[in-house]
Amino acid sequence: MTTAAPATGSDRSTTGPQSTAAGRLLALGRAEATLLLRNRTALFTAVVLPVVLIGSLRGMLKKQAENTPGLDVDSLLVYGSVGMILAFVVYYNLTAAYVGRRGELVLKRLRTGEAQDLEILLGTAVPSLALGLLMSALIGIGGSVGLHLTVPVNPLLMLVGLVLTLATMIALAALSSAFTKTVESAGITTLPVMLVMQFGSGLFVPLEVMPSQLADVCRLLPTTPAFQLIRVGWFGTDGSAAATDFLGSWAAAAPHLVTGTVWLGLAVWGAVRYFRWEPRR
Amino acid sequence: MEKSHPARRDDSVIEVTGLHRRYGTGTAEYHAVRGVDLTVGRGELFALLGTNGAGKTSTMEVIEGLAAPGAGTVRVLGHDPFAERAAVRPRIGIMLQEGGFPGELTAAETGRTWAGMTSGARPVAEALELVGLGHRADVRVKQLSGGERRRLDLAMALLGRPEVLFLDEPSTGLDPEARAAVWRLVRELRAQGTTVLLTTHYLEEAEELADRLAIMHGGQVVTTGTVAEVIAGRPSRITFELPERLDPVTAGAALPVLPGAEVTVDGLKVTVQSTGLQDTLTDLLGWARHHGIALGALDARSASLEEAFLAIASEAAHQAPPQAPTGPTGPARSARSARSARRLIGSAR
Repeated sequence: MTTAAPATGSDRSTTGPQSTAAGRLLALGRAEATLLLRNRTALFTAVVLPVVLIGSLRGMLKKQAENTPGLDVDSLLVYGSVGMILAFVVYYNLTAAYVGRRGELVLKRLRTGEAQDLEILLGTAVPSLALGLLMSALIGIGGSVGLHLTVPVNPLLMLVGLVLTLATMIALAALSSAFTKTVESAGITTLPVMLVMQFGSGLFVPLEVMPSQLADVCRLLPTTPAFQLIRVGWFGTDGSAAATDFLGSWAAAAPHLVTGTVWLGLAVWGAVRYFRWEPRR
Repeated sequence: MEKSHPARRDDSVIEVTGLHRRYGTGTAEYHAVRGVDLTVGRGELFALLGTNGAGKTSTMEVIEGLAAPGAGTVRVLGHDPFAERAAVRPRIGIMLQEGGFPGELTAAETGRTWAGMTSGARPVAEALELVGLGHRADVRVKQLSGGERRRLDLAMALLGRPEVLFLDEPSTGLDPEARAAVWRLVRELRAQGTTVLLTTHYLEEAEELADRLAIMHGGQVVTTGTVAEVIAGRPSRITFELPERLDPVTAGAALPVLPGAEVTVDGLKVTVQSTGLQDTLTDLLGWARHHGIALGALDARSASLEEAFLAIASEAAHQAPPQAPTGPTGPARSARSARSARRLIGSAR
C-alpha cells in the first residue's frame, strides 16, 4: 500500500470533476453494457429470441390474413416485430438485470453513492434501451424499405408512443423484479406481462381479427395503448378505423394517450411501492 | 501508538441525538436502536463496538443516510444525511459490510464505474494502489479473494477523498497481513484529517485505531469514552493451574488470602481478578514459593478492552431480564458471565 493522498478540504476542488446526473447515467450504463456483453444467456434472450419470434409472427399473420380480408400483413409484421423487440429487450432483459444486481447487493451499494434512486434504475436500463431502440430502428427502417411501407403519418406521435412504451416497460420491469427472487425465475415471473403484450396488445394477434368486444377489452390492457400509439403515429390508424392524416391521427390516438398515461402512472406507483433495493433476508 | 485527541466538541462532524430505529410493524416489530447519542469530532476515529445484533449496523445506516431515523436527529457535516443526501454524499465515503460489486466486472472496471459517479474522484489506479490491489486491476471481482473484495470495497469508499469515512467491519475476512495494512491506511487517513466512524468485532482493532469508542448492547450505547476511560477501573486477571497432586475438591481452600482480589476456583483451575495486579501477583508468587507449588500455565494480564467489553456486555445482559437469564451470584459470577458473554459474541442475531 502506498501513502494516501491528502484529503483536506482545500485540495478537493482540484482533484476531479463534480459528478453530474448525465455522467452517472453514462458510467452506470457502460458498466451494465459490459455485463450484458459478458452474459451469453441474457444476450441470447435479448438478440436472438425476438428474431426467432419475428419468423413465427410472419407465418401467423399470413394465416390470419386468409380469414380477415384486407389485413395489412406487411405493416403489422414490422409493427409487431418492433413491439416484440421492445418487450424482450427492454422489459424482460431489464427485469432480469434488476433482479441480478439486487441479488449481488449492487443496488444497495450504489445507493451509498451520489446517484439518486431514479438514476440507478435508469442507468441500469441504458444498454437495454439502447439495444432495444437500435434493433427496433433496424427492423423498422429495414422492414419499411424492404416491404415498401408508407412513411410515418405522424412521427411526433410515434415518438410519444415510443417514449410511453419504453417508460411503461421500465416501470413494469422494476415492478416485476420485486416479485422475482432469482434471475432464473425471471422467465416465469415475466410470463404474464409477456403474454398480455403478445396476445392482448396486438403484437402477435392484431386486435382487428378479434371479436370486437374482446378487442375493446384488450385496448384497455396496460401495455396496449402505448404500442397502439406507435401504430397510429406510423400508419394513421390502430386498425379499428380508416387511416387518417397528421391531424386526424391525434384524434385517433387520444383515447390511447389517456389510458396509456394512466397505466404508466399505475406502473410507476407500483414500482415505487414494491421495488426492493436489497434481497429479503 | 501515540494518540492525540484532535476532537473538539464544538467542531463535531457527526452528531446523533436520541436515535431510534424500528423494523417491521405490530407483533413482528423489532426495536433495533433504542435512543443512541453519539458525537464524533473532526479528524477523530470513532469505533462502534457491540455484540451481534447490538444495533451497530442499524445505527450506521441511519448516520450514512441510507435510512431515515425512526426518532431522533442525525447531523453529518451539519446536514441531515437522509433528507439532504445530495449535500452530504459527495463529502463522505461508505464501505458496507458486504461487497455489492458485479462479479463479472474487473476491479478496474468497477473503479471506473464508481469514479463516474463520484465527485472529485481520484484516479482509479491510485485508489487500487492505496489498498494494495494495483496488480489485480484486470481481475474480475468474482475471482478476487474475500479479503481482496473487502479492500476493493475500501478503495471505492476512498475514491472521492471523503472528509468522513464510514467503515462497517472493514477488516472482517482479511488475513493478518492485509488487516495490518488496512489499519496502517486508516491511520494515515486519520493523520491527514479524515474523520472515521467504524464498527468492528475485533476489540484489538478498536484498541489499535480508535480515539474514542462506544460499546453498544441491545440497541443502546452502554459505555463510551477513550480506550483508557473504558478500561479504567476494570480488574486485571491472573490465571493458573494448581499441581495435580492436590485434591481438586479441597485445593481451593489452600489458596492464600489475596486482599482486594476476587478468586474463582474451578477444580484445579484458578482465576484471580484484581485491581492491584502487582500486589496480588507478589502475594501469590510468595505463597507459591513458600509452599513449593508450581503454578501451571501462569498468565497475568492488565485489564484489556476485551475484558472490559465482556464484562460490560454481560452486565448489560443481566440488567435486561427479558434478554438473558439472571446469572449466578457469588464468586463464580464474573467468570461465568464472562463465558456467557463470549457465547453472545459468537452467536448470530
